[in-house]
Amino acid sequence: MKLELRGITKRFGSLVANDKINLVVNSGEIHALLGENGAGKSTLMNVLYGLYAAEEGDIALDGVVHKFKGPGDAMAAGIGMVHQHFMLIPVFTVAENVVLGHEPTGILDTLDIETARTRVREISERFGFEIDPDALVEDLPVGAQQRVEIIKALARDAKVLVLDEPTAVLTPQETDELMGIMKGLATAGTSIVFITHKLREVQAVADRITVVRLGAVVGEAKPTDSAETLAAMMVGRAVDLSVNKKAPKRGETGLAVSGLTVIGDRNNKVVDDVSFEVRAGEVLAIAGVQGNGQTELAEALVGLRIPSSGSIHLGKLDITHSTVREVIDAGVGYIPEDRSKDGLVGDFTIAENVMINRSYDPPFAKGLNIDFVNREHIADKLIHDYDVRTPSQVTLAKNLSGGNQQKVVVARELSRELSLLIASQPTRGVDVGSIEFIHERIVATRDAGKPVVIVSTELDEVTALADRIAVMYRGRIVGIVDSTTSRETLGRMMAGATL
Amino acid sequence: MSTVVTPGLFSLVDVSVSKKTPYLMAGFAVFVLVAFGFVGKTDTVAFQWSKEDDLIHLPDFIVASNVVGLVLGTALVAIALLSFVLAQRKRVTPLWLTLIFGLLAVVALLAWLAAGNTLPFAFIFGNAVVLAVPLALGAMGGIMSERVGVVNIAIEGQLLTGAFLAAVVGSLTDNLYFGLIVAMIGAALLSMVLAVFSIQYLVDQIIVGVVLNVLVLGITNFLYAQWLSSDGQNSNFPGTFPIIPIPGLSAIPIIGPALFEARITTYLAYLIIPTLWFILFKTRLGLRARAVGEHPLAADTVGINVARTRFWWVTIGGLVAGLGGAALTIGAVGAFGRNMSGGQGFIALAVVILGRWHPFSAAAAALLFGFSIVLRIWANQVSPGIPTDFITIVPYVVTLIAVVGFVGRVRAPAATGKPYIKG
Repeated sequence: MKLELRGITKRFGSLVANDKINLVVNSGEIHALLGENGAGKSTLMNVLYGLYAAEEGDIALDGVVHKFKGPGDAMAAGIGMVHQHFMLIPVFTVAENVVLGHEPTGILDTLDIETARTRVREISERFGFEIDPDALVEDLPVGAQQRVEIIKALARDAKVLVLDEPTAVLTPQETDELMGIMKGLATAGTSIVFITHKLREVQAVADRITVVRLGAVVGEAKPTDSAETLAAMMVGRAVDLSVNKKAPKRGETGLAVSGLTVIGDRNNKVVDDVSFEVRAGEVLAIAGVQGNGQTELAEALVGLRIPSSGSIHLGKLDITHSTVREVIDAGVGYIPEDRSKDGLVGDFTIAENVMINRSYDPPFAKGLNIDFVNREHIADKLIHDYDVRTPSQVTLAKNLSGGNQQKVVVARELSRELSLLIASQPTRGVDVGSIEFIHERIVATRDAGKPVVIVSTELDEVTALADRIAVMYRGRIVGIVDSTTSRETLGRMMAGATL
Repeated sequence: MSTVVTPGLFSLVDVSVSKKTPYLMAGFAVFVLVAFGFVGKTDTVAFQWSKEDDLIHLPDFIVASNVVGLVLGTALVAIALLSFVLAQRKRVTPLWLTLIFGLLAVVALLAWLAAGNTLPFAFIFGNAVVLAVPLALGAMGGIMSERVGVVNIAIEGQLLTGAFLAAVVGSLTDNLYFGLIVAMIGAALLSMVLAVFSIQYLVDQIIVGVVLNVLVLGITNFLYAQWLSSDGQNSNFPGTFPIIPIPGLSAIPIIGPALFEARITTYLAYLIIPTLWFILFKTRLGLRARAVGEHPLAADTVGINVARTRFWWVTIGGLVAGLGGAALTIGAVGAFGRNMSGGQGFIALAVVILGRWHPFSAAAAALLFGFSIVLRIWANQVSPGIPTDFITIVPYVVTLIAVVGFVGRVRAPAATGKPYIKG
């Protein structure tokens, strides 16, 4: 089915998320929609899927203009969507999730679950998915959940399939498998819209590429174009994709973790007997697919989770059972993975946010009072030094863009004497310009002789920053390897293979 | 940005199962054995299984109180030991075992209280069912609303509305069935207010619920004082539905008279509870409703109308709770009294949670609370010497033990209490 978007404009208040976007996807084509976070890709697709109503523009399928009042209309017209955050109900089975909304029924409105199972099995076999229709979705690994989403779309005879950042939660091998699936679907005649910001994937799988920036189409590109060309189109200027760093000058052991175990909310070992050391002046990256215990490990290191056994030593200091404030006072800087939830108070100003972890000490406090004069100076200096693009220091944090929010967090954490830096997903949802900046700062911290721990699910970021890489899988460290290790090996480790 | 949690992937903690349940059980068992057995009363107890007019009349079972204490105490010790063995083998004590334990402990207590007297099982059980009906129906209304993601604090108000309208309309029209229908519609309208405010206007569900409760209490109190108390003969004297024994079933000893010699309100509850279970877990309608309560955005993306689903389930839930309110007046005592529901709507909320949002478990939990109310009434009559407060807490202690057995496994529908805002 040929999909045409003609002059789609979508506004949120004064913000123009999509500005007269035109897009043509031919039948059986894999069309990549390339753009940075916040470029308006997801908004456009939500318009296509009937979740948002566009102010202007038409959606045409095979030349016929459609008006979608809701996702139901879009699905009926043959549009399927695999959302970035899966739209699955965790406590339902695969079969229940797949048929939800168009359930086969028997007498008295009863669910015909046998027909549902058969439908799942048919599609699974056709594309080699190996999905048990009776498994509960919450028990499935993320990659399998994504296949359930694809089955869900195919079970409704989707002719146009939209995949929104589908590789964010996958290992490199799973990503390759997904690309195989996409090619198979396209060959079978399905039109695919592939939303991503990852150049490598675009080059590997796309037939055609449309690049969007700041809500508008910048132009079309070919998959044979170089990564530099694509990046420049996406960002709007030439981008240096590599991180320049010298060989590490390793010092003494800065952080020593031994036999650390953390029990999760469901009585499972989310961190399972983890041991590693980080020397002063080196970056250890914790790699792994999202949800394998990295978040919990980072939280345990800074005192947000209480380990059930094992020890954490910061130099000579035992911080295993220290409170968060003791850990902060010991000089541990922490960039949390979810800046809007854990990193910032959205309704506080930038100035208030930069003092929030040292509110009780000079230079921010004077006795029991806030030292407003000093705070103003410091906030202005940090905004300048860290290139935070903001009208003023009294702007609320929630009104900044993702990249600038992250710079505020980085400024707060790096602007004091540190003994260790822990950065969880430091550049998630951040524009390329800010990524470069934040990476430079992290490397500078390392070069200043501090131990640095990076937690990242982006393999590119891991290999760019790390001196050594620890791969986590199901709460355990599968192995700690050199940063020159190949992507393929790392990918296998991320899927649990030991060396 | 939410973290994707994949709990199934991690190895489970290899720690022994908590032994708090066995220890608690052992404590109770020893207490029963000593207090009601070894140092128990030697007077006899007559276990009265049947009422005078039952079709099959079982003779009373007469036994010394301390013998009952010894026998049941020994059985309790055995169950506690079994629980220890299970914990040793890293298995959790099953719920049914805990329930049997609680039941036996309560019987031993009753036998001790009734020493030198009769223990009217038929009376206690029969009344427990009657008292459980409004709770169970209120809980079904609560389940319907929470399963689609709306917290229903207003069950209390719905019960009170139902009780009031059933009595007044039943009196004025001299037709109890008419009163019943108006009661249900009235409570459903109240539910609609909750639905509109929480779904359309996104007002905090708890606040709307509390306001509705206070509103209904105020209105009914006012009308009672100004109108019903002076004009009771005309407007507050509806009488009750007749008791209809079901041929055959009501002849079953002990449970027959308790369950199958009842009023239409009770029979409607018997019908509604399994029907709700069937709809929730076996039909398309139920699947969609649960999807809305678990992940409304996911439901929306497959074309389910979240607002409409929530609206109708909450409203129909009010209809059911209104029936529960009618059961308080024209299904039991035959007149409306000031603050008739007296907090039973809140107990119904506890029933919803204890019953884990499941109709059958909630019905069992309602029965437990019904039982506790009768027990209080009866214990007051037979043993004036014992502080009634002590007797009153026993069923709740049993409940607590039952809840301890559940800890960590109770999970509410994920979207309960969260308004769904469309982009």
